[in-house]
Amino acid sequence: MTLKDWFEIRKEQQIAARPVDPKIDDNIGKLWVKCYNCNAQLLRKDLEHHMMVCPNCDYHFRIDARTRIAQLFDEGTFEECFQNITPADPLEFVDTESYKERQRKAKEATNLDDAVVTGTGLVEGEKIACAVMDFGYMGGSMGSVVGEKVTRIMEEAIKQKIPMVAVTASGGARMQESALSLMQMAKTSCAVARLNEAKILYITILTEPTYGGVTASFGTIGDIIIAEQGARIGFAGRRVIEQTIRQKLPADFQTAEYLLKHGQVDIISKRVDLKHTLGTILKLHKK
Amino acid sequence: MLTLDFEQPIVNIEKKIEELRKMSEESGIDLSKEIETFEEQSKEYKKELYENLKPAQKLQIARHPNRPNFMDYIGLMTTDFIEMHGDRCGMDDRAIIGGPARIDGRPVMIIGTMKGKTTKENLEYNFGMPQPQGYRKALRLFEHANRFDLPVITLIDTQGAYPGIKAEETGQGGAIAENLKEMAKLGVPVIAIITGEGCSGGALGLAVSNRVYVLEHAYYTVISPEGCASILWRDAALASTAADALKITGNDLLKFGIIDGVIKEPMGGAHYDYEFMANEIKTTILAALDEMKEMTPQQLKDDRYDKFRRMGVFNQ
Repeated sequence: MTLKDWFEIRKEQQIAARPVDPKIDDNIGKLWVKCYNCNAQLLRKDLEHHMMVCPNCDYHFRIDARTRIAQLFDEGTFEECFQNITPADPLEFVDTESYKERQRKAKEATNLDDAVVTGTGLVEGEKIACAVMDFGYMGGSMGSVVGEKVTRIMEEAIKQKIPMVAVTASGGARMQESALSLMQMAKTSCAVARLNEAKILYITILTEPTYGGVTASFGTIGDIIIAEQGARIGFAGRRVIEQTIRQKLPADFQTAEYLLKHGQVDIISKRVDLKHTLGTILKLHKK
Repeated sequence: MLTLDFEQPIVNIEKKIEELRKMSEESGIDLSKEIETFEEQSKEYKKELYENLKPAQKLQIARHPNRPNFMDYIGLMTTDFIEMHGDRCGMDDRAIIGGPARIDGRPVMIIGTMKGKTTKENLEYNFGMPQPQGYRKALRLFEHANRFDLPVITLIDTQGAYPGIKAEETGQGGAIAENLKEMAKLGVPVIAIITGEGCSGGALGLAVSNRVYVLEHAYYTVISPEGCASILWRDAALASTAADALKITGNDLLKFGIIDGVIKEPMGGAHYDYEFMANEIKTTILAALDEMKEMTPQQLKDDRYDKFRRMGVFNQ
């Protein structure tokens, strides 16, 4: 064996010893967190104190629905509703894993029954109805439960005559429910039509990431559309577009800033300003 | 005409019949009995085959290059069609075509996605994949119909809204969403018919209606089976498995309450008999219009809202 061979063998052994599927986000629960954008080592407590925004480079980390609610609402005012609605498996769908199993794992990971939390509460003293999506539950995908809860909370907004706010974070429709999930786009959009007719203010806050079925339904038909800084928002995914047109896409393609430039959103807000931006808009539209 | 792989046995039998006929003519021997037997066989085989198609096979029929397209139906089903062009913001998307016309003498607004049959046509119609400007043109036509009390008929055959840079920049998602919302507000009857491919938001953007029908071999789904297979199975080659799992054919859709009916196709698919197909669709449209004749604008809106409000399966 030459020295070169020895190095070759050692290299192969090292490659073989690597984990097959390295987890990107294994930071949760750890004391220190590495910023995805600038690689800075951040103390978790500091990061949380900064609303999960990197104090070094201003990168906005993805946050779950409960954290979002805590950041947005006046303390202790959020009252959750429609918790009793939970997912079924109408198609008895099985791909590499059964839908039932995916639901179980998602629940375990997020402690949620599906990808949206709905309820009412106060933002800077103004009462609103609200739906907050959670990307951690099966990529925030919209199936029957998301569609139903979003529709119900919109109907509740009409009943109580209070503004409606939707905070989106979704990869799109839930394929495991096939055409049923497609119809949730129609259902939620019809509910927005009723908000319009009742002259109820409807604000959408698009957060990282918002794609597909949510972009093509209740996400982009707000009276006012706010995008959180750095969020990526689109109809088709980057990879699909690249494969279709066989061109490289601009680096900032589908970012909130890109969409603002092309006239697709009204406002870009940093996370720290979001609550105040929302509160100001609510007060401006108060009758 | 393109023969689909599973149709090959039929083509073989028909070839044989043709050969026997020729032989009989040339030699003067009477082979009519043999020919009859073969014809009988071919008929039985066809019936057996076409009544038990798998989703993946139906998919092939739905995508058949000779399948009648929007303009074929306009020619066969309507009179006095006047095409209205453009979104009034700088573009006329050819993937969506529409305008007022008469069906059986009754004025309607008919709008649909358009696919070509040749490469040149396909380039013009962008393979039936609309841009946001197409949906905005459709919206302009919906509102026109609403003002002048024209029932809206949509014919849908699209593999989805176009995924491109310009489409994203000009708001593909927003344009579809706007249509979903505004279609809910129309005070006229709206009837949607999926004539071929009904893929995802691109199809739904014309389908928020009081009645939805699907042709026998057409399909309606949230994502193409190829797309689904490549995401969930990480292998686009498993499209036929995904097609089974997604339950995209008429009878399944009927079972889940997503559509109101399946429109029968001629033996082998719409491309074998354009006139029969157009006639079936026309009959369905006229019957649906009759059903809704007495409804007020508010009742039509409420009917549409309730229809979609009911959709979805969950526990509570």
